[in-house]
Amino acid sequence: MRRTGSSYRRRDKYLRFVVPALLVIVAVIIFPWVFTVFMSLHDWQVASPRRWVGLANYANLLEDERFRAAIGRTFVYTLLAVVFPVVIGVAAAVVFHREFPLRGLLRSIYILPMVATPVAIALVWTMMFHPQLGVLNYLLSLVGLPPSLWVYSPQTVIPSLVLVETWQWTPLVMLIVLGGLAALPVEPMESAVIDGAGAWQIFRDITLPLVMPFVMVAVVLRTIDALKAFDTIFTITQGGPGVASETINIYLYLQAFSFFRIGHASAVVIVFFVIIVACSLSLLALRQRLRWA
Amino acid sequence: MGVAAGALPRAQTSPRIGRGRATLRRLGFWLALLVLLSPVVLVFLWMLSLSLKPAVENTAYPPIFIPRNPTLDNFREVFANSPFGLYTVNSLVVATASTALSLLVGVPAGYGIAKSRAYGLAAFVLVSRMTPGLSFLIPWFMLFRYLGLNNTLWALIITHLVIGLPITIWVMMGFFEDLHPELEEAALVDGANIWAAFRDVALPLARPGMVVAAILAFIFSWNNFIFAVVLAGRETRTLPVAVFNVLTFEQLAWGALAAAALIVTLPVLILTAFVQRQIIVGMTAGGMKG
Repeated sequence: MRRTGSSYRRRDKYLRFVVPALLVIVAVIIFPWVFTVFMSLHDWQVASPRRWVGLANYANLLEDERFRAAIGRTFVYTLLAVVFPVVIGVAAAVVFHREFPLRGLLRSIYILPMVATPVAIALVWTMMFHPQLGVLNYLLSLVGLPPSLWVYSPQTVIPSLVLVETWQWTPLVMLIVLGGLAALPVEPMESAVIDGAGAWQIFRDITLPLVMPFVMVAVVLRTIDALKAFDTIFTITQGGPGVASETINIYLYLQAFSFFRIGHASAVVIVFFVIIVACSLSLLALRQRLRWA
Repeated sequence: MGVAAGALPRAQTSPRIGRGRATLRRLGFWLALLVLLSPVVLVFLWMLSLSLKPAVENTAYPPIFIPRNPTLDNFREVFANSPFGLYTVNSLVVATASTALSLLVGVPAGYGIAKSRAYGLAAFVLVSRMTPGLSFLIPWFMLFRYLGLNNTLWALIITHLVIGLPITIWVMMGFFEDLHPELEEAALVDGANIWAAFRDVALPLARPGMVVAAILAFIFSWNNFIFAVVLAGRETRTLPVAVFNVLTFEQLAWGALAAAALIVTLPVLILTAFVQRQIIVGMTAGGMKG
């Protein structure tokens, strides 16, 4: 009895180790949140005095066509920027799970996009997208396809940006799923082989369901990151042409740091965060359902 | 070692048909590998190629892939036109300082959370993972304006803690949980206080975890664009912001653009080549990203 008592007290003592981090968190993360809520309730331009307006910023936001269009665009972008990296990433994980010569080296090369500086990468893609001189249209012409305007046309700008996002973040999906594959039990597959199952059948009926929890982790992370995507979109198009690639994040940036509508932008932050949390929670709920199914 | 789905059926097919199929299968496998790797290699090699070619070759059509007259002029131009040396130092200072502070504060926190099992405290890690970096920036911008810290490196170091600290806590939490508690228990029985047990027993054992956390915190700080683009002034720009400015001012100087891009990202790529094992451990443990 005394032992549990003392170990309980010791557990409390260990909380002291967390105090410095807590102070930093309060200063750098919690305070901004509280202050953002405060600002979102005011009419506030950077240089002029603030004025209490209650929920007016939120009401204006709901009526703002440009904001609503940005939300729609963000969802389209997110859907594409989750589906492509996850599908290709799972395939890549299956490939890299096999033993083959130079596996370590080739895997290191494959994960380079993930650690490369996004702005630098976006810059190279900007040059590759160039309609007249870009290398992508040249490659298309080699296989007999017509040239594309890529990020220079409202119709193709979102898919083109998704291409960059897919290029950069598929390796992360691959790594997560690869970790799942490495942890799989071998027995179900051995018995399937004995039963004469084909490779595709084994993948679909045994491997995929078993790694599904890892795939779902990848889906959740990809969703959060795609909703938040900023660096590449901002570097390549800054929301253009026109507003054709203006996602919530780009809209937020322009409101806050081009127009300095601090109160309005703070309301955007709150709505944006609610959207991200709602998406993540519904995906997590879906994951629970899948687990019990 | 698990058995890959694609590798199995060879054992089943009869030897004669099996050999033909196996060759075909192997061919398909290497083809798949080629399809996966070629976009990666193409982009990096194209960046290198652009940075080494004179303007005439960079704007030629059809594109010239292998430089005919390789030159380092593009790199000279980057350093001549803007203080890239200063920006490199800025990036190094910010990434190093914010990583060091993250470890200083985050390693004990990871230990405390793992030992006290206070996982509620870890929830903030997830929240900060979900929060768009941009949304911290408005309050920081106002606060730093008030404190007169805008346009200082301190503003960047402090804000980059938002990237480094969660990664550090998350990674260290995992490492300390996996550590066997017997050694610390023994030290405590011998009369050491919990601080000494942490410093002399747990900390040395957790060094691999600290390496993982440090590498990830450093890379994500180095790569960060959004905080510096708002908070940095002319003198305190980090490399990603400097590169972005090259883009806005020299739309068609492709050689210089590619050279600048290469200067920013090459250190990370080289680092990755040496520590890819740690990066994989860290990225799969936390799925973290700045």
